[in-house]
Amino acid sequence: MLLIRCPYCEQDRAEVEFSYAGEAHIERPVDPSAFSDAEWEAFLFLRSNPRGTHFERWVHIHGCARHFNAVRDTVSDKFLMTYKAGKPRPTKREIEGAKK
Amino acid sequence: MTRFSFPALVRKAIGADKDWPEQWAKPDPKSDYDVIIVGAGGHGLGAAYYLAKEHGITNVAVVEKGWLGGGNTARNTAIIRSNYLYEESAALYDHALGLWEGLSQDINYNVMFSQRGVLMLAHTVHDVQIFKRHIHANRLNGVDNEWLSPEQAKAFCPPLNISSSARYPVLGATLQRRGGVARHDAVAWAYARAAAARGVDILENCAVTGISRARDGQVRGVETTRGFIGAKKIAVSAAAHSSVIMDMAGVRVPIECFPLQALVSEPIEPAFPCVVLSNTVHAYISQSDKGELVIGAGTEQYVSYSQGGPLHSIEHTVSAICEMFPIFTRLRMLRNWGGTVDVTPDRSPILGKTPVPGLYLNGGWGTGGFKATPGAGHLLAWTIARDEPHPINAPFTLERFRTGRLIDEAAAAAVAH
Amino acid sequence: MSSFRTAKGGRIKRKDAISFSFEGKAYTGVKGDTLASALLANGVHFVGRSYKYHRPRGIMSAGQEESSALVGIDRGQGRYDTNTRATTQELFEGLKAQSQHCWPSLRWDIGEMNSLASPILSAGFYYKTFMWPKSFWKRVYEPIIRKSAGLGRAPRAVDPDVYASRYAHCDVLIVGGGPAGLAAALAASRSGAKVILADEQSEIGGALLSDPGSRIDDEESWSWLASAVVALAADENVTILNRTTAFGYYHQNFVGLVERLSDHLESPSSNLPRERLWRVRAKRIVLATGAIERPLVFAGNDRPGVMLAGAARTYLNRYGVRVGDKPVVVTSHDSAYLTAFDMAENGVGVEAIIDLCTDVSPELLKGAARLGIEVLPGHTITRTKGRLRISSIYAAPIEPDGSVGPERTIDCDALLMCGGWTPSVHLFSQSRGTLSWREDIGAYVPDVYAQNASSAGACDGHYLLSEALNGGAAAGQAAAIEAGYKAGKPNTYEVAEEATCSGTLIVELPTGANPARIKAFVDFQHDVTAKDIRLAVREGFHSIEHIKRYTTAGMATDQGKTSNLSELAIASKTLSRPIAEVGLTTFRPPYTPTSFGAFAGRSRGNLFDVTRKSPIDSWAEKRGAVFEPVSLWRRARYFPRDNEDMHAAVARECKATRSSIGISDASTLGKIEVVGPDSAEFLNRIYTNAWTKLGVGRCRYGLMLGEDGFIFDDGVVGRLALDRFHVTTTTGGAPRVMAHMEDYLQTEWPDLDLWLTSITEQWAVIALNGPNVRKLIEPFVEGIDLDKQAFPHMAIKEGKIYGVPTRLFRVSFTGELGFEINVPSRYGLTVWKRLIEEGARYDIVPYGTEALHVLRAEKGYIIVGQDTDGTQTPDDVGMAWAIGRNKHDFIGKRSLTRPDMLVSNRKQLVGLLTRDPKNLLEEGAQIVATAHPSPPAKMIGHVTSSYWSETLQHSIAMGVVEGGRARMGAELYVPMPDGVHQVQVVEPVFYDQEGGRLNV
Repeated sequence: MLLIRCPYCEQDRAEVEFSYAGEAHIERPVDPSAFSDAEWEAFLFLRSNPRGTHFERWVHIHGCARHFNAVRDTVSDKFLMTYKAGKPRPTKREIEGAKK
Repeated sequence: MTRFSFPALVRKAIGADKDWPEQWAKPDPKSDYDVIIVGAGGHGLGAAYYLAKEHGITNVAVVEKGWLGGGNTARNTAIIRSNYLYEESAALYDHALGLWEGLSQDINYNVMFSQRGVLMLAHTVHDVQIFKRHIHANRLNGVDNEWLSPEQAKAFCPPLNISSSARYPVLGATLQRRGGVARHDAVAWAYARAAAARGVDILENCAVTGISRARDGQVRGVETTRGFIGAKKIAVSAAAHSSVIMDMAGVRVPIECFPLQALVSEPIEPAFPCVVLSNTVHAYISQSDKGELVIGAGTEQYVSYSQGGPLHSIEHTVSAICEMFPIFTRLRMLRNWGGTVDVTPDRSPILGKTPVPGLYLNGGWGTGGFKATPGAGHLLAWTIARDEPHPINAPFTLERFRTGRLIDEAAAAAVAH
Repeated sequence: MSSFRTAKGGRIKRKDAISFSFEGKAYTGVKGDTLASALLANGVHFVGRSYKYHRPRGIMSAGQEESSALVGIDRGQGRYDTNTRATTQELFEGLKAQSQHCWPSLRWDIGEMNSLASPILSAGFYYKTFMWPKSFWKRVYEPIIRKSAGLGRAPRAVDPDVYASRYAHCDVLIVGGGPAGLAAALAASRSGAKVILADEQSEIGGALLSDPGSRIDDEESWSWLASAVVALAADENVTILNRTTAFGYYHQNFVGLVERLSDHLESPSSNLPRERLWRVRAKRIVLATGAIERPLVFAGNDRPGVMLAGAARTYLNRYGVRVGDKPVVVTSHDSAYLTAFDMAENGVGVEAIIDLCTDVSPELLKGAARLGIEVLPGHTITRTKGRLRISSIYAAPIEPDGSVGPERTIDCDALLMCGGWTPSVHLFSQSRGTLSWREDIGAYVPDVYAQNASSAGACDGHYLLSEALNGGAAAGQAAAIEAGYKAGKPNTYEVAEEATCSGTLIVELPTGANPARIKAFVDFQHDVTAKDIRLAVREGFHSIEHIKRYTTAGMATDQGKTSNLSELAIASKTLSRPIAEVGLTTFRPPYTPTSFGAFAGRSRGNLFDVTRKSPIDSWAEKRGAVFEPVSLWRRARYFPRDNEDMHAAVARECKATRSSIGISDASTLGKIEVVGPDSAEFLNRIYTNAWTKLGVGRCRYGLMLGEDGFIFDDGVVGRLALDRFHVTTTTGGAPRVMAHMEDYLQTEWPDLDLWLTSITEQWAVIALNGPNVRKLIEPFVEGIDLDKQAFPHMAIKEGKIYGVPTRLFRVSFTGELGFEINVPSRYGLTVWKRLIEEGARYDIVPYGTEALHVLRAEKGYIIVGQDTDGTQTPDDVGMAWAIGRNKHDFIGKRSLTRPDMLVSNRKQLVGLLTRDPKNLLEEGAQIVATAHPSPPAKMIGHVTSSYWSETLQHSIAMGVVEGGRARMGAELYVPMPDGVHQVQVVEPVFYDQEGGRLNV
């Protein structure tokens, strides 16, 4: 059972309080009609699926119900950091800093 | 290759088993191959075997980063069935099932394919509608699948709880009698032995670190931990590592990886005669020839390569099993493990050509990979050899995610209203 | 007292005799015994049969690592425990144990014939045969294989016991209550940290329980142990859990423990759970899990009477049992001398100590000499004798060149072996820590930690008592500090006259015989021999994972606790590669087999999943409704009268609704309130429809797509105010829709000013349909003019009914004049009952979901999830009209122009009428274009909904058909098991096409 820090509640809570919501920082285009089929496919379906650092979204569904972002290692499943929705993708240095 | 047979067993036993040969050789990589297959699981090894056997292409290497058959081939619950809804899927899995039926004899290795029947339980009116739809479609596709009342299901699987007061009562079930299980590890070994006997090089402990392409875009080989190996064609059949390897060739694929757990009980005398699946309560169970109950859980929700999963999922799976089979609560769990399943947006595989000339992909099998093993290998070999898909795998393209021509078995079972 | 019980000593209560039976024969033990110790006290070693060859098996160990002494315990009434280790089962009055995996009896087991065939039953033999003739596999070979498989008896009845579970949080979790764990607990608890100390045994103490002779700080070890336990028990911050196994180590110091509460009791009280699952999250974990003794591998190492030397010492010192009267010890490690010495001091004539090493320490030699025990350094055992119990061994010197000298026979009744110790690193490995190989002790030990944990004592490769105590104390103190407590310097402990404890890793004993011809067992339960491992390597299985899977070594119920290292060492030697390079197989949970019941806990029967019930559910239940589960809800499917079947009840319910009034409970429909200035804009983006111009007090049917363009959900939305909408969803879709809306609102459009509230549970919904509905409710409604002009179809207004606040919808899912009365949930039942009462004069009839489905199908209204399946666009179901053409964007819009969405042969929703009106199609039946389809037949669609329409006196159906709308009037075919049915494609509206009945 993962332990997840909700950046809104500022608490470490058990995984069962949360729902996963897919990869983070995939912005919905303002005008999807301007997208080609290939671009739209990429938006809909292509995900980075890395072995390692993954930026992803979670919802504190049985808590504050807020969506937030997390950086997690997909090999160890360890959360490196979480941050509020709308915040930019953390830099490598910020992630390293959060590890300590 | 020493032929496997009862007389051979006796003969070798007289010689204290001293001269059984290696089942597959351990060669050093050659500098060039006609075809390199990335991933020595059942699919990749099967493809190598069929390339050699049916297409006469023997200058083939299968490269594997760990030990062969050590990925999902080693970690699944070994269930085999073909009663899928859509014509495309039914054709694909039934092609595999047909090959399973003669596999032990074809490759001279007993993979213990056991057609003990697969029961799929319907717990809601909606399940009944969906399963009836499957049965009708299967009948017209020539795939065996029949409807059982709760009483008939219980007669087929005596430990089943069909009490109407259960939280998810059994309203009926489908039965595919030709479905069953096989000895999963042996499938990889069997294909490895048969492929190696036909000249295929199996290169274990050889991780691919890059895919090299010529100026015209055509593949020219793979960078590996054992050096560069040239190839005219490369097929990626690496399950959970599909997207990582495809990224090396500059091809992004719509695949994400999720953890999936399974477990076995301590061995008991034969008590469970068939395979039972329940999508509604998320549990899958059969009994191995060793006597262990083999139980599968549902996939986790988050992307992961950890090959592990949380305790609460196991709690849920085991309670689902105890709900369906209440006599099992005092049995003990012996071992619990995790695998990583590679899942596409429509939960159907991708098996075919890619935008890169000479590069082929077989991946995204999700939880359906094991049952397809001989079929996937067979069709992948065809696709590589002819540089065009076999009619059966023709619908399973990478392009379908752009055009929207999805083959969405899971959506078809969607629950609502 | 039985013949092998010592005169004194041990931790048993000699005066409390306990009767029990094994194989139907009565025996007597004493309180404090395990089943194994009690059997040994009665001179019984032979208790089981091995898996493949059915060899006679004896008791090998004194703990949970036991692979051989497995029995069935029958407590009656569905309480049958299979594969129970006799070594951990505590004895209770009346215990009934049975041997397993033998027939007709333990002594005369027909399966032993397999042993004769063993030369051909080598590793993986089954992969090489049973293939010809092909038809024999299914009819002959497979049934035989399956019949001979398995181990313990299968359970036959439902288990009446209950299982509990709980969560716990602590600062320091200590796993293992031996000297290291105790010292750690003492040190950590002194700081005030919250400590949980878990130990799998019946008593805390671990190795100390077998070691009464040591002195800790000048105190006898058992006296030290007693004070330590008292001190910990007195500390309110310490929870001591005995009979509790830490079976799994998960993410972020989350550990699963299982506490066994009643298996040791003669007659547990009926409200005592059998086991309790503890889910513990610890800030810091100290692993003090000890070590497991290794057997040696030599010909005949499997006879009953051959056991681990440390186990014999445990039986002697803890249980007061001599495992034999003339034992021989064979060892490659000093620790076995302690067994020999303790036995000799208890008057047992130890025949010899056969030491594989030549350089035995002078103290040990002196000790042996003092007790008159012959030591044979540099000797090996070449073979043993005795069928159901060992009777003699053959010892021989190992010559300097490695060859074996002349044999000498030594008679014995027990052979006590020790191949050194393997640290129990199972939990450490599960925590994803990495191990390193320590050549000096021949063992893998923890190296790099992946989580907040440390190890102390034998599990860390420190076997001396002093090391365990001092290492444990230091680990406990450090853990408390890391958990945020101030802890002083830890205690240091002194242990007097500590014996040396070293050895050499010799797994397979030298022998003069041809190693390919002898049976030297590695896995005692699975009958895997050293020869099998060599065969696997010869056949190309070089990875340790391959060797394990091919030979099945280490896959028995002990999961390799006693066999893994032997397997590894033999593989390493055969491969000529160092052990560290060969590596280990992965350690997986659970540490010891753990009951399914413990995992399932209370989540059984009705508690397996919640059942959501509407406020009106109790009325329906009383009325005899037949329910169906719809997602987590249960909904009344129909209300049979007298002996009606579903068909009759549904026909009656439909007829009543069309002719007068039907009433149904629609409370389960999802409801979301959307409030705020940007609500209309939000809905514009969420739904395909346009909302800006919807007037206050009006409703609209809304269609919602996923971003992939396929129908996701639907429902009526009413506008209560410019900035307030009452959204309804499907019953099953409610949570999904809410999550979907929240997701977009929070992450894509945080600039929109509105908020969402799930109000499903706040409102009970009563749907009234039929021509007389207005007449029924008009007298009781306040504040709403029900006149058809003032309150037309698709209107919503707030007012009161029966004095209760209501949001009254004029909507219809049946095609009749319809109202949906929303009242606060707590009034739902009252209002429902009043309506039933008042409606009596109109012959009001309650109807369930089944009649609802018929009524809506007569009107061609779709059900998302039944007529759609996640692959339909609005156009596919004939709802292109629901797409707001002038909208710049909405979720899913872009996907609707993907190439495959525009092809002409997409499956489209149509109506289907059978030629014979009485013919009812089956839902899910496939549609084909030819009258005589043969597999594989081209299927062009399927039937999604099909009912008998009492109103139309005709069966009706809807279905999706390729290019369906262009096929109006065409004849198609529906093959069913009873024959091929001809159908005509029609518009999917069967009743009141003009909609006149809606607008009255």
